[in-house]
Amino acid sequence: MTRLTVNGRVRVFRGHPFTRLVDVLREGFGLTGTKEGCGEGECGACTVLVDGQPVMSCLVPVCQVEGRRVETIESLGGLERLDPLQKALLEEGGAQCGICTPGMVMTAHAWVRRGGSSRPAAIREALAGNLCRCTGYQHIVDAVARVVRERDRRRGDAKRPSRATSRTARRTGRHR
Amino acid sequence: MRGAPETMRVLRPRSPAEAVRLYGRHPEALPLAGGTDVMVSWNAGLLNRRTVLDLSPLREWSRIRRTRAGLVVGALATHARIRDDARVRAAFPLLAEAASVIGAAAIQNRGTLGGNIANASPAGDSFPPLAVYEAVVHTISPDGERRSRFLNVFEGPKATALRPAELIAAVELPFLPKRPTRQIFRKIGTRAAQALSKTVAAGLLWLDGKGRVEELRFALGAMAPTVRRLRTAEAFLAGQRLTPATVDRAVELLGEDVAPIDDVRSTGAYRLAVSRALLGGFLRG
Repeated sequence: MTRLTVNGRVRVFRGHPFTRLVDVLREGFGLTGTKEGCGEGECGACTVLVDGQPVMSCLVPVCQVEGRRVETIESLGGLERLDPLQKALLEEGGAQCGICTPGMVMTAHAWVRRGGSSRPAAIREALAGNLCRCTGYQHIVDAVARVVRERDRRRGDAKRPSRATSRTARRTGRHR
Repeated sequence: MRGAPETMRVLRPRSPAEAVRLYGRHPEALPLAGGTDVMVSWNAGLLNRRTVLDLSPLREWSRIRRTRAGLVVGALATHARIRDDARVRAAFPLLAEAASVIGAAAIQNRGTLGGNIANASPAGDSFPPLAVYEAVVHTISPDGERRSRFLNVFEGPKATALRPAELIAAVELPFLPKRPTRQIFRKIGTRAAQALSKTVAAGLLWLDGKGRVEELRFALGAMAPTVRRLRTAEAFLAGQRLTPATVDRAVELLGEDVAPIDDVRSTGAYRLAVSRALLGGFLRG
């Protein structure tokens, strides 16, 4: 028996402790928003947040999230009320076939929430583990940048730099 | 064949002491840290019917501690924690950089330094930095604790010198006696995220007041069955000035300590050429 919090609700999974989190979510709890892509940790389609951090749910046996906080795409908006990221992706044309979208949105959601910057290079690096084979990256980056700018405007700190800067920027700043 | 959970037995120790005891009783068990390698193999059906020793509840082993002599990174510290730790970034920036290019964010949030070492991939990105920082690996088993020089932990691709029922507890990074004059970390892969390295390099260089090499430490990954220090080139350059001739000679000597192969990710010739370019560029400054 594994107890975990999924989208704010305490849930109990009674199946085998080595069941993958992606299977627990989809088959155990009926949360089919999370997609399985490659099943080998390459594509990022199955990304969910564990204690606020993106992880690939195809690489997590459920015993390892005992007592942890899991967030899936279902924790964001629905058709009636879209999350700002979902709205921006729609309006910027940042989704095509949709398989990568839930994982992409969760990775981006964590980025926006932890104070990630709106610089396209930083966003590209944050999303680097999420593959889109419809090659819609530009639109996706535009959508995320827009949501970050909206966040900064809401916080009234648009002129101050964001806290989390790109790791690329940090890299190029040193050892060169 | 896929991973079949019902064939698995999971052991979940609550403390390091319990982990050591359980592993002693089940030396056939497979230690599981962040799962970023184990789960890939398991998903492919390669690890069914195994006993798994799940180390993830051992919070004591996920910390990074400072001692007088250096930093002690718990084996279960994630790449994300290492990447973001101010002390690591200040004293061991090459390791922080390596941690920031392993996989991508979702892998860095799960993968651990101890797991990276135990997995012993020839291409492990944290290995060249650990080799030039001359890390010491702390292990523990029912027989007691042991310390090993980092390079001695590896015996070959996916093979370590860890004994039965021996777990990696921490990796100790001794502070450098002096700030390096020059340092480098570079990973060459097919794409920026996720790709395993074709070659991966870390280097530290100290020059004296007269421009002579006090010490060079340079390590390459994915260039041999295990990570390699370029002992021959390092020894050749000690005490020398970095002139076009000495740099060229060091670049040539690089071949003495590596044996790159052709595989799915690259060719031996390309690996050698690009590694030589990295070393040459680093030495020329």
